[in-house]
Amino acid sequence: MSGQDLLLSFLTKVNALAGGVFLLCAFGLVGIRQMLTCLRIYVFQSLLLAISAVILGYYHASIHLFVVAALTIITKVFIIPWVLRQAVGYESYAKREISQVINIPASLLIAVAITIFSYYIASPLLTATGAGVFEKINLPVGMASLLIGAYTVTVRGEAVPQLLGILAMENGAFFAGISIAPNLPLIAELAAAFYVLITVLVIGLLAMRIHKMIAKTAVGEMMALREE
Amino acid sequence: MIDKIIFNVIQVIVVMAFAPLIKGISTRLKENVQSKRGPSIFQPYRDIWKLFHKDEIVSEHSSWIFRFTPFVVFVTPIFVALLIPVLTSYPLVFAFMGDMLGGGFILALGGFFATLAAIDTGNPYGPMGASRTRMVGFLAEPVFMIVFFTVSFIAGSTIPYIVQKHWVTPLANFFQPSHILMLLAFLMLIIAESGRIPVDNPTGHFELAMIDESKGLEYSGSGAALMKWGGSMKFFVLCCIFLNVLVAPWGLAQGTQYWEVLLAIPLILIKIIIFVLVLVAIESSLAKLRLFRITEFLGAAFATSVAAMITDLFLM
Repeated sequence: MSGQDLLLSFLTKVNALAGGVFLLCAFGLVGIRQMLTCLRIYVFQSLLLAISAVILGYYHASIHLFVVAALTIITKVFIIPWVLRQAVGYESYAKREISQVINIPASLLIAVAITIFSYYIASPLLTATGAGVFEKINLPVGMASLLIGAYTVTVRGEAVPQLLGILAMENGAFFAGISIAPNLPLIAELAAAFYVLITVLVIGLLAMRIHKMIAKTAVGEMMALREE
Repeated sequence: MIDKIIFNVIQVIVVMAFAPLIKGISTRLKENVQSKRGPSIFQPYRDIWKLFHKDEIVSEHSSWIFRFTPFVVFVTPIFVALLIPVLTSYPLVFAFMGDMLGGGFILALGGFFATLAAIDTGNPYGPMGASRTRMVGFLAEPVFMIVFFTVSFIAGSTIPYIVQKHWVTPLANFFQPSHILMLLAFLMLIIAESGRIPVDNPTGHFELAMIDESKGLEYSGSGAALMKWGGSMKFFVLCCIFLNVLVAPWGLAQGTQYWEVLLAIPLILIKIIIFVLVLVAIESSLAKLRLFRITEFLGAAFATSVAAMITDLFLM
């Protein structure tokens, strides 16, 4: 086996490992009670996305993916936690336990079912298009993370974890996207990064306003409109 | 052939001799983390020695199961030690008598008898601890199953000697996502099975909060000594399965020379001590979970193991 092949097989394995842990982080966003831990898991998931983007960028020799990795690290690892801390305020997400509509073991089982479902959908696509080793990992894992993120949004009863669910969906979409479209235009990447930032800012400010008005952000309990 | 029998005997002796030491080291380290001096690392040996010289009192209302259980608990880890690679990387005499699933069954037999004996005496705390242990046990069971499925699926076998070779030939196999995820799931299982924080507090002395310890409360004298010794051997054997078969199959004797096999003894001890350090770090940084949160812990282990399986299943 030549050096190039060995490097490629090593990169494949690291990418696969990043994919596996990425999936695990998506499970963590459903199954962990503490808000701060959820946020840290999201940051870690974004780091894994960046690692995968760097590996794929090296493989496809595509500068765009390196840009994706850099943007991911800047926005999702540094700016988003900072913005959340500023906009939502420390007391509304730190050391808080999140209520859920469906309890955590059942949620984890549903997340497992979602993962199997996304593999089930992705595998005929992959065999039909004759995909390579990277797509085989990234497409189903990204899809699973997207669907699990959507599930998180439905099941969590608090504003900030729901926001994290939306962000996990976006992470999943990127994770799948970088493998099937390695050469997407730079403007799309920049736009996506800024959309995410603005989403965080808007939802964060909204959550802060809600917190100021009624001293909690449990959106699950807000069923009726009230006039002040 | 004679050599292999001798090696097998050495393996069993190592498990018997060093299991209390590992327990002592783990207790000492945990106390050190809490800025206490802690008991000597040889304290478990002294406890066992002392208990063997004490009178044994057996309730007259208990049946033969109560008297028989300490021997089962003591013997089952020894049987498992015959099946798994403790010192050598090549199969010994009994290696093909049972695979990892067989080892799991043998260990479960000891747990089963300990549960029965706890119910047998009619002590109110015994059945409570027994039923809690069963609760943790049946929640851990699916994770065990999935982990074994994954192992057999990836390595093509559940014989531990074949499995351990698979991870390092070539080395890239070690970084397979399913391998790493499976390790995480198995680590959570070991924590649950050996009754450690966050599932159970092994040093707790409050009967209502006990899970694992309250099963042995009724034993005294040599029965208690055998239960303690058997418990620490079970932990040693689990560590051997985890470290030698699943994590780091390095440091095992490759050849059939006596010095190689003897050299493997300090190496496995070093590996287990490193693992104990990790466990101590986990135990010291987490709080014990409430009883009904254990389902969440083991649910997370289950999700991890399923993720391990499916990331591999579709890669083929």
